[in-house]
Amino acid sequence: MNQLVILSGKGGTGKTTVAAALAHLASQELPLVLADADVDAANLELVLDPARREEHSFTAGQVAMIDPQKCTACGICESICRFEAVRACSIDPLACEGCAACYYQCPMEAIRMQEQQAGRWFRSDTRFGPLFHAHLFAGQENSGKLVTLVKQQARLLALDTGAALLLVDGPPRIGCPVISASAGADLALHVVEPTISGAHDLERILGTTDHFGVPSLVAINKADLNRARSDEIAAFCARRGVEVVGRIPYDTVVTEAMVKGLPVTEYGDGMLAEALKKIWPRIRERLFSGSAGSSEDKMQ
Amino acid sequence: MIVAVASGKGGTGKTTVAVSLALSLAADAGVVPLFLDCDVEEPNAALFLRPAIQERREVGQMIPEVDLDKCTCCGRCAEVCQYHAVAVVGKKVLVFPELCHGCGSCTLNCPAGAIREILDVMGTIERGWAGGVEFAQGTMNVGEAMAVPIIRQLKRWAVPPPPAPPIGEGGGRPIILDAPPGTACPVVETMRGADLVLMVTEPTPFGLHDLRLAVEVARSELGLPVGVVINREGVGDRGVDGFCAAESIPILMRIPLDRRIAEAYSDGVSLVEALPTYGKSFQQLYKQIGWLAEKNECCL
Repeated sequence: MNQLVILSGKGGTGKTTVAAALAHLASQELPLVLADADVDAANLELVLDPARREEHSFTAGQVAMIDPQKCTACGICESICRFEAVRACSIDPLACEGCAACYYQCPMEAIRMQEQQAGRWFRSDTRFGPLFHAHLFAGQENSGKLVTLVKQQARLLALDTGAALLLVDGPPRIGCPVISASAGADLALHVVEPTISGAHDLERILGTTDHFGVPSLVAINKADLNRARSDEIAAFCARRGVEVVGRIPYDTVVTEAMVKGLPVTEYGDGMLAEALKKIWPRIRERLFSGSAGSSEDKMQ
Repeated sequence: MIVAVASGKGGTGKTTVAVSLALSLAADAGVVPLFLDCDVEEPNAALFLRPAIQERREVGQMIPEVDLDKCTCCGRCAEVCQYHAVAVVGKKVLVFPELCHGCGSCTLNCPAGAIREILDVMGTIERGWAGGVEFAQGTMNVGEAMAVPIIRQLKRWAVPPPPAPPIGEGGGRPIILDAPPGTACPVVETMRGADLVLMVTEPTPFGLHDLRLAVEVARSELGLPVGVVINREGVGDRGVDGFCAAESIPILMRIPLDRRIAEAYSDGVSLVEALPTYGKSFQQLYKQIGWLAEKNECCL
């Protein structure tokens, strides 16, 4: 079983659009399991029309609670809290990081630590395969832990059922949930857009996947929005030895498909769908043969 | 007045709106906006504002360093650490900086006084000027997981401490915070202390889904008033309009889908620089934000 993670430093470059299309294309050739690792704002289910099979609660972390009966308002907890979570003998649960420093320092033993339900996770069925996804409650920490849990469940099912591919739709940025989403991946596909911020963010996310030893491919989305910058990104990738598997045109058909709740490759046969259909075999080749692949220029 | 610019979904135009708002306000004589890029995992605003950086410092969190001459290997530090960042193995104490939250509980609890704290560098914070806009940003080092400590220190360093001058038209300096996408702890850390959260969304199912979650963070969890900017008006559907009407969320501005804006953005040219007529709209937007924040303050 091979694990592919779709990433992007910058948000809104088309991760989920590409992930849904790849899920559609890959499912026609091999059995797969899907995981939406964006637990803050999970969108994959919006285009895969899943039927929810299981729902579980996710408990992680804890918050301090002050018992007003025992509290003498000595102010020690407030003075030692480094997260500004204590004000006037009450705890701000959003600011509290659950470190329990106040619990240990309170001379009146007026503080207890309470476990928190931080989110929910789901197993659903889609027409392309089982989907594991989750919802982290608003403002919660521990998104990395929830991502790890979602992926672990997806991986176990993939191994049990003999699925050939675990396809992970990653979160944006480069921090803890991204690191969790990339852990154990055989390959990362970076979806980048040809903008100054897209290029800047690509460099940082490639640094992150390199740091954790995950090999990378790049797909340039909305490529014709700025051809010169697309060329620059391709040249940058060539210098770094990262293969560009294709260029996807800018097309509002993406939004039309989204409104209909369909992957773009199911929605129609336009240029965009064609571009994605060319990209999938190149990813497949890299995933399953382990070969380094050729550069974009050789392909053209 | 402090305005946090957020969105839930990535790539909806947070930076475009935040930068254009700051530049438009700075065009008025006597107004000196302060701009903070709180998206420390992928900071992009500097690509558009091109500030001259005058001051830079390394930030991170304080992690324990154990003086083995004083340490009795009693194991108390490992026992109180909620993050498993300290382990006592035989006559050795192991510290795992990537797990540490810098709470200081181990230091406070060490009976031998054997722990001192040293700075574990996780990123940098910088400030300077971009024309008439005072600018500050944080940058998390690649490979680090936790953005919150950097955002927290950026805000402490760059934002003048309260009491803030009274909100209202002309009252107080505009402080604009460019937030990361998502709804987890880095977003909460950015929004905390703001007078209003300006949500930039796009009128699509993904935009709506993530807007809903971001509004929940701002309104329900933090009790902040929100206003919406619809970007790329004309694509997608009417879902965002319906949601805002049902939730009584004012739509303060609509920016039509315009390929010229996307192309200018791709080259690092902000909306108001590309299309200067928008300057007036952004000044008007800020006035409306002032009224909304003032109204909210009166209701409290």
